[in-house]
Amino acid sequence: MAAEILEVDDSSFESEVLKADQPVMVDFWAPWCGPCKALSPVIEELAGTFGDKVKFTKCNVDDNPVTPGNFGIRSIPTLIFFKDGEVAEQIVGAVAKSKLEDAINKVL
Amino acid sequence: MKDVKYDLVIIGGGPAGLTAGLYAARGRLHTLLVEKVSPGGQVLITDWIENYPGYPEGISGPDLIDKMTEQVKRFDLKIESGEVVSLDVTDSIKKIVLSDRTITAHAVIIASGATPKKLGVPGEDIFFGRGVSSCATCDGPFFKDGVLAAVGGGDTAVQESLYLTKFAKKVYLIHRRDQLRAEAILQERALANDKIEILWDTVLSRIDGLSNVEEITVEHVKTGEKTAISVDGCFIWVGIQPITDFLPDTVAVDSYGFIEANADMSTSVPGIFVAGDARNTPLRQIATAVGDAAIAAFSAENYIETVKNEA
Repeated sequence: MAAEILEVDDSSFESEVLKADQPVMVDFWAPWCGPCKALSPVIEELAGTFGDKVKFTKCNVDDNPVTPGNFGIRSIPTLIFFKDGEVAEQIVGAVAKSKLEDAINKVL
Repeated sequence: MKDVKYDLVIIGGGPAGLTAGLYAARGRLHTLLVEKVSPGGQVLITDWIENYPGYPEGISGPDLIDKMTEQVKRFDLKIESGEVVSLDVTDSIKKIVLSDRTITAHAVIIASGATPKKLGVPGEDIFFGRGVSSCATCDGPFFKDGVLAAVGGGDTAVQESLYLTKFAKKVYLIHRRDQLRAEAILQERALANDKIEILWDTVLSRIDGLSNVEEITVEHVKTGEKTAISVDGCFIWVGIQPITDFLPDTVAVDSYGFIEANADMSTSVPGIFVAGDARNTPLRQIATAVGDAAIAAFSAENYIETVKNEA
């Protein structure tokens, strides 16, 4: 079952991601990015499966200049998994669901 | 007769896979299209398509894929996301092994396409996603007023370098030969563009930086002279390699790994067909991929009818 993804921005990033009490995945994306669009249904599926253990969020790099810069993002889609406010895993590009599941299992 | 899940499984959801799916669905074959992520393929990283007939103004890659997907959905083509790990073709019933399940079919169309090739230079992997890219539409906007390097001389390299000039103040187009391979119209545009400087007879030899790309080193192939250039990013378009790592050895490929096919898109293994960029073919375009796919679906349909009648 697919689930909704929480939209985070420069102002909510610290509270929603860095200070979250569970692992958080952030999908850095933009409307002009084809592979981001292809990846989003996969992320929604994963949120349906792992949503109780991992918080799934997305950050639009077009609207938020600060956060992507802080993490040196120069390519999208980039997925970063945060655990206790630290970067635990980082994946660049639209990869298969199984690769994302591997990353999720590592941060759990 | 043994239980077979599908008549036809199509591997890959780019233009070839979607077109094969369109014909198969209209032919009322019981068909599944398996795509690693979701439909699109390399077209998703193409900013603007001007050589696919029917769109006089051109169309963006993602928009074209949206239209193709919408069209197959009208005919109820079943699409699932899944990564094909291997293909067992020893029996007349083909087994398609996915990372999480195995499915069976009478016939398979391989439309798995290709992926951008790497150069294999130091720094390329470390800085991937940190200034090294092969998707101008995804990553070009990160380099507003920046200086970029682009490597290659074919259609993709030239087309996408032109796109990068919308953001960057300068694009060095690095090409190992003394003339471009791209379509003449693209060459004309690149040569006329003030932001593009072509470095002829030059190869990229390394990429350096701290956390992101900061500098590249290029080498002139005739003089051997090395030059360091400060850049903010480096885009690599030096051709493609087929995505065929799941293929059994019995499916014949050429020396580059592209699948050998007959005029009816059949391969060396009965019941296995191929379409699009994964095929050994002189030209890889959307127009050729959809042509391959229509033939492959037609041939697969004939094959399936024959095996069902024999059973």
